[in-house]
Amino acid sequence: MILTKLLSDTPRSAILIGVCFAILLILPWLHLMPETSPFYLSAYWITLIGKIMALAMVALALDLVWGYAGILSLGHGLYFALGGYAFGMYLTRETAGDALPDFMRFLSWTEMPWYWAGTQNFWWAMALVILVPGVIAFIFGFFAFRSKIKGVYFSIITQAMVYAAALLFFRNETGFGGNNGFTGFTTLLGYDITAASTRALLCFVTAVALLLSYMGLRYLMNQPYGRVLGAIRDSENRLQYLGYRTLWYKLSAWVLSAVIAGIAGALYVPQVGIINPSEMNPVNSIEMAVWVATGGRGKLIGAILGTGVVNSVKTYFTVAYPEFWLLILGGLFVVVTLFLPNGIMGLFDRFKKEKQ
Amino acid sequence: MQRHTLRATTGYPAPVATPYRRASINNTSINEKISLSSVFTQWLPRQLLWLLILSTVTVAHAHESQTEHTHSSEMANQANTVAVTAAALNTPSDTLQTQHEQSLITPESAPTSLPSTAASGDTIEQFVAGDFGQRQAMLSHWPGSVESLDNLVAFIENDELYQGNGDQTYLLNADDQLLTYPDKKETADWPSDLAPITLTNALRSALIFGRAKVKLESDKPAQRLQAVAILADNIDQVDPAIITAAAATEDNAKVKKALAALQARIDFKNGDLPTQIAALSVLADSDSPQVLVDIESALANDNVNPTLKAALIDARDSVARRIQISTWTGHIFTGMSTASILLLAALGLAITFGLLGVINMAHGELIMIGAYTTYMVQNLFQTYLPDMAGWYLLAAIPAAFMVSAIIGMVIERIVIRPLYGRELETLLATFGVSLILMQLVRMIFGAQNVEVSNVAWLSGAYQVSSSLVLPYNRIAIIVFTIIIVALLVYLLNKTRFGLFIRAVTQNRQMARAVGIRSARIDMMAFGLGSGLAGMAGCALAQVGNVGPDLGQTYIIDTFLVVVVGGVGQVWGAVLAALGLGISGTVLEIGIGAVLAKIVLLVLVILFIQKRPQGLFALKGRFVE
Repeated sequence: MILTKLLSDTPRSAILIGVCFAILLILPWLHLMPETSPFYLSAYWITLIGKIMALAMVALALDLVWGYAGILSLGHGLYFALGGYAFGMYLTRETAGDALPDFMRFLSWTEMPWYWAGTQNFWWAMALVILVPGVIAFIFGFFAFRSKIKGVYFSIITQAMVYAAALLFFRNETGFGGNNGFTGFTTLLGYDITAASTRALLCFVTAVALLLSYMGLRYLMNQPYGRVLGAIRDSENRLQYLGYRTLWYKLSAWVLSAVIAGIAGALYVPQVGIINPSEMNPVNSIEMAVWVATGGRGKLIGAILGTGVVNSVKTYFTVAYPEFWLLILGGLFVVVTLFLPNGIMGLFDRFKKEKQ
Repeated sequence: MQRHTLRATTGYPAPVATPYRRASINNTSINEKISLSSVFTQWLPRQLLWLLILSTVTVAHAHESQTEHTHSSEMANQANTVAVTAAALNTPSDTLQTQHEQSLITPESAPTSLPSTAASGDTIEQFVAGDFGQRQAMLSHWPGSVESLDNLVAFIENDELYQGNGDQTYLLNADDQLLTYPDKKETADWPSDLAPITLTNALRSALIFGRAKVKLESDKPAQRLQAVAILADNIDQVDPAIITAAAATEDNAKVKKALAALQARIDFKNGDLPTQIAALSVLADSDSPQVLVDIESALANDNVNPTLKAALIDARDSVARRIQISTWTGHIFTGMSTASILLLAALGLAITFGLLGVINMAHGELIMIGAYTTYMVQNLFQTYLPDMAGWYLLAAIPAAFMVSAIIGMVIERIVIRPLYGRELETLLATFGVSLILMQLVRMIFGAQNVEVSNVAWLSGAYQVSSSLVLPYNRIAIIVFTIIIVALLVYLLNKTRFGLFIRAVTQNRQMARAVGIRSARIDMMAFGLGSGLAGMAGCALAQVGNVGPDLGQTYIIDTFLVVVVGGVGQVWGAVLAALGLGISGTVLEIGIGAVLAKIVLLVLVILFIQKRPQGLFALKGRFVE
């Protein structure tokens, strides 16, 4: 029963969650069915499912710092986009071959900036996906946590950070394609990126990554480490009196969160086929917080559930009633914080209690 | 359609005075920026510099939003380097704008504002009816009033003056309506021989000197100053005798000085060596870019007399320094007006943050609502009180305050109070409110920017010297901010309500224990903070564009002011806004708006390392 333990506290919910994940792992392969089959999923659906799963990983990362350590980040879009850009660099290089990427030729640059060095190598790009968000999160987190910036101050600073980064990436001179970012990818490791098998595989890999990060974080949160994080959220001062160096607990959780967000970004980019600075729009980052809040913060499965629910609603409304979507999103922020402090998971718990 | 076909044949008559001035100012400010920044750093005491550097980012941002709201994607624009230069050159371009606006407005508002139009119309009609010789004679010795001549110039510059039906005068306005003259009634009866009135070069120079002459003879010093400016712009063709004669009879010190400077320029150009050197000593006191050009072109000449050369170099350095000083005064002035806007926006936030410990993410939208209220009040005035339309701003300020305050109090009641003690949730909930408000405004007023016209008494600019021009609307914003800060300080420190706010801010439990109804104070103070945001929106509507995204562009900068200034502190906010505003303008010129913003953010984070509570920490007994 190790497997169920990795998924949830009670066997019944563990089975339910296990079945859901199994479905997520199977769904990508339905794309390879013949189009006439009733089980066939079109590229649109595969991309959508893959996209939402990547976003659910960011929500997991955010839940780690907000739900457990009590640090609300309004700038996780930064780490998500950094991971995406790092992988986008690899895809761009592969598309361009030995030549300079298109946008650099349009700027009439003759050579690549130094930080593009080695990005044609898949493994170095993957290393960057982890290193760039991790190192930036470490530096920022170290200074922020060391001077005990917390609460709304911290949230505002993270928002300002992502905003500044967006401004920086909008500049052509920064060397990341400016306004347009990277797009028009053709191959990934030599395989056609739009081929059905590649799509299905990417979607599957995303599902695996989501499952692994869920189980990994769940395991970690049940360790003493996770308990300390929860204690930091509830009363950091008391914990310090007890002799804990809370700085390192917070910092490690923060960096881990940033790395997961970065990996999510790297999985997101080849599926949607574009990365541009609008991913760093502060509004997107705040929206991530509402996914977690809707699902139920402090519960990892809640983050995934919330992302799925909110993004499904978003997908429907932005197509059917685009002008109402912002009203609904705004209303969701208000309703969830006012009436559902523990999100959808809180509703389940209440329901369960009433039954007893 | 009609208009375009007609205009195509007219060609584009060159505007008389403005372009030259604008070009020269812009060039100097670009050329000088590097050397100037070093001068500037030497002037400042260390601590002030630190504060100033800190603030860079904020202003860069505020600037951009003023200059380029029109573009659809705001984020893209902020990265736009072209925009950076535009922002850096804000002062000159502002003046240019107001000058243009004036010249555009004058003919439209002529019938209401100038009762003498009917009488002066006669001279314009005579002018139109006349042949070339008569026109030239009329321009050289204008028989009508100065105002009618100015009207004529405005008509011709805007391509509005037409002739048709023989010698009848017509006006074709920007909306393609043909008006009869002088009674300005719209007519549908387009004459077949309608032709625009344009000026040949001979007529143009006759106009320049005729206009200068009429203005010189005016009994208003302001008109005479304008005359000197016109002459200065056409210095190559000026007859020195006119100036000598004018200087002899002039009794106004300012005009006299301007005439002397002009005389010196002519002497410098035409005189012999001793006259030239004497003229140079007068010119050295000038800060006119035109003089600098004169001197530099003289220096560029290879065979210059050594004595003259030394004098030239001295004069050039002196003039260049003066221009630098006034350019930088202009930058600091722009920075101050930006700081004022920031401060207006941040004051309300600082109060509510101090009191409740929550950041109201909808604060930017309250600013936006204030701006839209201004727009509504303007429209109401235009519809129901067209005579008073110029004074709508006076009604818009309290209206913006009230509307934003009421919405703010509703937000406090519905969203913030139930979340008391849960700051992070409050952050998210108020962000949701901001999304809703933004979308509602978009649905009601449309996603496009709405047009808030500058009131006539705030357009135009105060010309301090030839290279320093201060737009009235920016002066007004600075004055307005000072008044608001003074009122707020009085309210907080001298009234019972202010005492209660301070008490609850310092220690809520104790305040409640002595009988202060803290919930009521929360709501009232939130209303006050929101009302301040509304007034900020009203002020912003005068300098920037009004659109649903207005609040978003200011909110992060406003947060930074609060973070740097400290919680619940008026003076902290004032200092932080001033520092951020001025140093922002200055740094933005040095490294560009985007980099300045990033540098500032990093500096703010470093600053918080040193002073986590902001500039002024609240004193008192706290836990956490």
